[in-house]
Amino acid sequence: MSVAENQAAAGGGSARAVAILSALGRFLVIAVTTYLGLLAVTFFIGRVIPIDPVLAVLGDRAPVAVVERTRREMGLDLPLIEQFYIYVKSALNGDFGTSVLTTNPVMSDIRRVFPATIELATLGTIIGAVIGVPLGVLAAVKRGSLIDQIVRIIGLIGYSVPIFWLGLLGLVLFYAKLQWVAFPARLDVVYEYTFTPITGFYLLDAAMQGQWDVFYDAFRHIILPAALLGYFALAYISRMTRSFMLNELAQEYIVAARAKGLSETRIIWGHALRNAAVPMVTVIALSYASLLEGSVLTETVFSWPGIGLYITNSLQNADMNAVLGGTIIIGSVFIGINLLSDLLYRVLDPRTKAG
Amino acid sequence: MSAEIIQSRREWLLSDRPASRLQARLGRAYVTWRRFSANRLALIGLLIIIALLVVAALADVLAPYSPTIGDLKNARLLPPGAAHWFGTDDLGRDIYSRIVYGSRWTLYVVILVAVIAAPIGLLVGTVAGYAGGWTDAILMRITDIFLAFPKLVLALAFVAALGPGIENAVLAIAITSWPPYARIARAETLTVRNSDYIKAVQLMGASPFRIVLRHIMPLCVSSLIVRVTLDMAGIILTAAGLGFLGLGAQPPLPEWGAMIASGRRFILDQWWVAAAPGAAILIVSLGFNLLGDGLRDALDPRSGDQ
Repeated sequence: MSVAENQAAAGGGSARAVAILSALGRFLVIAVTTYLGLLAVTFFIGRVIPIDPVLAVLGDRAPVAVVERTRREMGLDLPLIEQFYIYVKSALNGDFGTSVLTTNPVMSDIRRVFPATIELATLGTIIGAVIGVPLGVLAAVKRGSLIDQIVRIIGLIGYSVPIFWLGLLGLVLFYAKLQWVAFPARLDVVYEYTFTPITGFYLLDAAMQGQWDVFYDAFRHIILPAALLGYFALAYISRMTRSFMLNELAQEYIVAARAKGLSETRIIWGHALRNAAVPMVTVIALSYASLLEGSVLTETVFSWPGIGLYITNSLQNADMNAVLGGTIIIGSVFIGINLLSDLLYRVLDPRTKAG
Repeated sequence: MSAEIIQSRREWLLSDRPASRLQARLGRAYVTWRRFSANRLALIGLLIIIALLVVAALADVLAPYSPTIGDLKNARLLPPGAAHWFGTDDLGRDIYSRIVYGSRWTLYVVILVAVIAAPIGLLVGTVAGYAGGWTDAILMRITDIFLAFPKLVLALAFVAALGPGIENAVLAIAITSWPPYARIARAETLTVRNSDYIKAVQLMGASPFRIVLRHIMPLCVSSLIVRVTLDMAGIILTAAGLGFLGLGAQPPLPEWGAMIASGRRFILDQWWVAAAPGAAILIVSLGFNLLGDGLRDALDPRSGDQ
């Protein structure tokens, strides 16, 4: 036990408050440096790697006077550190410049497309967790059995398969051959013009307006990409759940519960799973973050108009403002979920003490 | 007679009083191999990777057609058959031959990424662990910052700025994949930093540079190899994803991800153009995952099968 913990145990309230404050301070330092790091890397990508950023914006046929003016307007005559300061300031204000492709500010473009990505990733995570957690529990309980092997192989394939390829095959089978799902888009063309979204989450919007035909149509469009992302999440979630459960089932309190004569169901779902819940929340949060990132490829395959498709379309048109803006937004959400799940883990788990 | 010889050889290998350094090393290798080969899935993984190496080495012999020049007149988009095992693509090229040659590009990518990223991680981790103090704090903060980034999106942005191409894709993947190696190398360094043999070398006057290079780095290698093997699948998938988006290998290179991208246009009618290269990616990354899992279990029995 460290000195600080001794004091916390003996001193009571004030010492504990100090410990919590120092933990919070550390968290803030980590959060701020990580975000600054993200901005430094995107700054590096956007401003330092291109030999001449002005050339990248104007092309090589612009007259000299225009080049000079743009250079000043972009602040490229300032020292690098000052440029970075301005860059950070405008990024904090949500100003990522204008998209060359859509001619809108990048931020307003992203605000328009982001709900589609959130909807897809959320449904994917739900599918992954709802199937993955029970599978992992089953594999741990029946360790070494056929079920355990099958769950392991399902997981291994999920780690190894190129998700965009699986998406293409899914389209061939479920859209072209079986016609169970709709073509790649968010809605049928009929509804594109009649339906007015409120929040941007189409499933939610349709349900709130009571338009169940739209809901069904949106569901037929989202289910295949969401199931694919869900499979990706399932591979990770089931593997981690199995590991946590094996860890819990080896503890002494399980033996005690058995000795008390509790039913096996109660021991597994009531006791072991409850104790594994805290790390599992972290795992599910992390897989949510990785689905947001993984959506880049999935959205491209399914023409899903989210931030991933926005980034890849901008890439093809060399629209660096949009690419970097999208990178910063996905990166920020990704880092935010990472940090929050770490914090949540510390707060929820009584065994991890502050400081 | 042979049974006796094998018996005595095994005793020699498993002896707990090895007479030479060679005997000790061979004995350890033998024990590791026995643990590894008891794992059937790991053996399958090893076989897949050996097959990949053989196919890449013998591509000229195994491929019946040219990977880049097709028969536009007679062989466009043919379904799989006797003449073309996996069919042909829109330029009349034999897909089987392209996949065979594509194995070289897959190996090229994973080996280059490993050769660039692992030493960076090793250097950062060992220096941070050995130096301690502020150096450690700063290097590890940088490592953690990179660790917190979304890898694929960042690699995407890097290639967007560097320009598409397989070398730039390798560079972008390497830049985003060194942090775990730094963490591992630092952890290993911390466990040996205060041990007696390091003290002994210090007393003999060895410079910190020499200690890190000759006495600490070699100890980090085995856990690093395991981690790199486990990461290979992810590297292949990222490279294939970049190729699929048109940022990695450029036509007419027979890179598997780019092949899927070119097959995407015909996916509903000529599904085999995209199906075969994707299956190749799946098999190879499965092989690396199985091999990595097996190596980890064999080298570190404590981790068990959890």
